[in-house]
Amino acid sequence: MESKDYLKDISEIKDLMNKSSRFISLSGLSGILAGIYALIGAAIAYWLVMTYSNGILILDGQIYRLCMLTLCLVAFLSIVTGIFLTTRKAKKHGAKIWDATSKRLVLNFLIPLIVGGLYILIILSQGKYGQSGGLMLIFYGLALVNASKYSIGDIRYLGYIQIILGLIGAWRPGFGFWLWVIGFGFMHIIYGTWMHFKYDRK
Amino acid sequence: MSIITNINKLFDHRIRLGIMSVLMVNEYADFNMLKELLGATDGNLASHTKALEKGEYIKVEKQFIGRKPNTRYSTTKLGRAAFKKHIEALESIINKQK
Repeated sequence: MESKDYLKDISEIKDLMNKSSRFISLSGLSGILAGIYALIGAAIAYWLVMTYSNGILILDGQIYRLCMLTLCLVAFLSIVTGIFLTTRKAKKHGAKIWDATSKRLVLNFLIPLIVGGLYILIILSQGKYGQSGGLMLIFYGLALVNASKYSIGDIRYLGYIQIILGLIGAWRPGFGFWLWVIGFGFMHIIYGTWMHFKYDRK
Repeated sequence: MSIITNINKLFDHRIRLGIMSVLMVNEYADFNMLKELLGATDGNLASHTKALEKGEYIKVEKQFIGRKPNTRYSTTKLGRAAFKKHIEALESIINKQK
């Protein structure tokens, strides 16, 4: 009888520690959709470059600007979808969307991401665009690993995969596009599906 | 018998154990955050934080954010050690009774 009480104590302690330090309402579905947006975006960019630019992407050209616009749209749609679905999930759990845990998560996720984004813009302005695909993956992976301490711990593994893909991309810049497709497209879909079945469908 | 003595009387309450759990994994927590997480009333929470403060397990800082008074809590070294000991005692009791 007594031991059952102590067990309850322990599980309550664990629950409170998690609830007060991690934001766990991330939606797996938003990962799947982000992956689909990335694949559509990549297909549009591929089509643009193949049809209008003979397979060569020239910096500061019209096609290049269209590709960048596509990239921004993919990022924007992914963020909006992520916020929308996560808010919905948090509401369902009766959790607050903007509290100490989610603030901390966003901050720690954004630091590597913004540093990476600025770095990529700087080297693009210097004409070194071969590395941008790999760098995007590396910094995104670092952001995920950093954020995993404040959210579902599993996103750490997605981060590791993105970092590895990014390093391969830095080593073999020619594959940058396809690694980007694997990392931002397929990995998000696989990962989102896994998260969805592990956490959401309960 | 030694196990029984390690069970800390000060932690022998849901709210107090809860306060310590939250503070163990956070640098600090304010009154409202604790209230929300633990689902306690103002008076209830205040009396329990006072008890923990008296035992020197937690530190209390009062400050103003803008014009609003804000009370922040954090663990002391003594509190963290006592909490760890308490958890270990709980574990060994559970393991023994299995």
